[in-house]
Amino acid sequence: MADTMTGSDRREPTVIVDDAHVVYRVQQSATPGTGSPLASFKRIITGTKPATLREVHAIKGVSFVAHKGEAIGLIGTNGSGKSTLLRAIAGLLPTDKGAIYAAGQPSLLGVNAALMSDLPGERNVVLGCLAMGMSPAEVKSQVKDIIEFSGINERGDFSSLPMRTYSSGMGARLRFAIAAAKKHDVLLIDEALATGDAKFRRRSEQRVRDLRKDAGTVFLVSHSEQSIRDTCERAIWLESGLIRADGPTADVLKEYEAYVKR
Amino acid sequence: MPQTAVIDSETGLTLKELARRHGLSAAGKLPSLRDYTRQLWSYRHFISSYANAKVTSSLGRTRLGVFWQVLTPLINAAVYYVIFGVVLKQKSGVENFVAYLCTGVFIFGFTQSVVQAGIQAVSGNLGLIRALHFPRASLPLAITMVEIRNMIASMAVLIVIVLAFGEPITLEWLLIVPIFLMQCVFNAGLALAAARLGSKVADVKQLVPFAMRIWLYGSAVLYPVTRFTDHLSGWKLYLVEANPLLVFIDLMRHALMEDVPLAASPVVLWLEAIAWTLLVGIGGYVYFWRGEKGYGRG
Ligand SMILES: Nc1ncnc2c1ncn2[C@@H]1O[C@H](COP(=O)(O)OP(=O)(O)O)[C@@H](O)[C@H]1O
Ligand SMILES: [Mg+2]
Repeated sequence: MADTMTGSDRREPTVIVDDAHVVYRVQQSATPGTGSPLASFKRIITGTKPATLREVHAIKGVSFVAHKGEAIGLIGTNGSGKSTLLRAIAGLLPTDKGAIYAAGQPSLLGVNAALMSDLPGERNVVLGCLAMGMSPAEVKSQVKDIIEFSGINERGDFSSLPMRTYSSGMGARLRFAIAAAKKHDVLLIDEALATGDAKFRRRSEQRVRDLRKDAGTVFLVSHSEQSIRDTCERAIWLESGLIRADGPTADVLKEYEAYVKR
Repeated sequence: MPQTAVIDSETGLTLKELARRHGLSAAGKLPSLRDYTRQLWSYRHFISSYANAKVTSSLGRTRLGVFWQVLTPLINAAVYYVIFGVVLKQKSGVENFVAYLCTGVFIFGFTQSVVQAGIQAVSGNLGLIRALHFPRASLPLAITMVEIRNMIASMAVLIVIVLAFGEPITLEWLLIVPIFLMQCVFNAGLALAAARLGSKVADVKQLVPFAMRIWLYGSAVLYPVTRFTDHLSGWKLYLVEANPLLVFIDLMRHALMEDVPLAASPVVLWLEAIAWTLLVGIGGYVYFWRGEKGYGRG
């Protein structure tokens, strides 16, 4: 049996999602009376869930295999579970059922990747790089390149100002620049390129292609169909936590368009 | 893990087998305690810069900045002195009540602020946790480091107060260092445990102020420890006197001051302190590690 499979083994899988389910648990702001210490104490003792705890079943059994060198576009309407799926692949959200396997450590690059908004961009770069596991020496040698690539200093010295003074596009640029400073086996990009201007988008798309050439796998969530058409040859369409279509980008996009226009 | 029948169309293997064949690891797998500790060690620079960042961003917008690190304990001590030393005349049995009170307030405050911050170490940083990959214990440990830094400032203030109220510097002052280190480890364990508790049960946060109040009264911070011996006996007394904070506070008073009433002989206190440090330090770490993969869920 082993030699019948050697042909397809050349396509080495990097991410395997096996019937994954993801559930969020949300604490709502309490209604009067349930927030008192006595009520909390009672809940802890009796082990009952507070009435304010709601569950959101965001991914309801998704399976697919991604291979080395592939760039996969994830599409779907708002709230369909794209960001959730990427978080689960990155191992940042646990699966409730099923399993997700990945080569190395996938890295997620999202719009709301929280850095510390009270700190200057430069210190956020340092912190972000350290959090990606770089050594202080590596960080030191990279900081300048990262800030330069992000282009936030094009209009004055913004890297020494707190990040809360940045426009959302500038923040997104800086985050992308930080994440792109490292080689990733699997890179997950969640609308991170959307807020950048055309020039930055071109540059970052080039960087995505480079990352892909280094034998990685790239997942891209984007609401720009052009951007998906340009970078991905495969697309997965997610709707309400389930896969509606998975195949060549052109086919999936056609189906998706028909669905959205309806 | 449930048995799934999803088959890869190309290889005819189930996905689980396919993953094993290519050596892919499950995303939510808990690393061994040793690997986890090694990871954590390699993130030490992240931990210390995160701690620095937290201090900078919390003090950054205040005018007095770092002076708050010294001002806060000073104001605290002044408030308690006015209430318990001047208004209530709580001095019975202790000669140097101001030094006695301040030592208690400062040592207790150290653990208290670690617990209060620790409860939110995970639940208050879900954004960071859902965005980046790092051993989650970095967060409670960074918070402990912030509080340790604050405490070092407080200790300097405390020493000035104790000296100003007439205590001599003796050889026993050398004991301050090991006592402080033990309390740091104890607090780190407590922060880790509190972080996991607070991430799972949001209700815990509501109860912390009350728990800390009870702990405060049980630790003989505001009145002489002899009050317990006067009013309690047998196992009740034993229970109260095994309280780790009472032990740390008593040891610190013993190191800093002459002729203080203690809950037990210094040897017993030292043994109790070591036992608590190991128990809470290691226990808290193991407890936190076991929850590592669930912290993103919220
Ligand atoms: N932090 C969260 N807590 C609770 N529910 C969430 C959270 N984030 C997303 N959801 C829910 O999960 C579902 C999928 O959301 P998401 O993955 O963000 O969608 P998309 O990225 O495709 O727009 C939605 O129903 C959303 O309400
Ligand atoms: Mg999204």
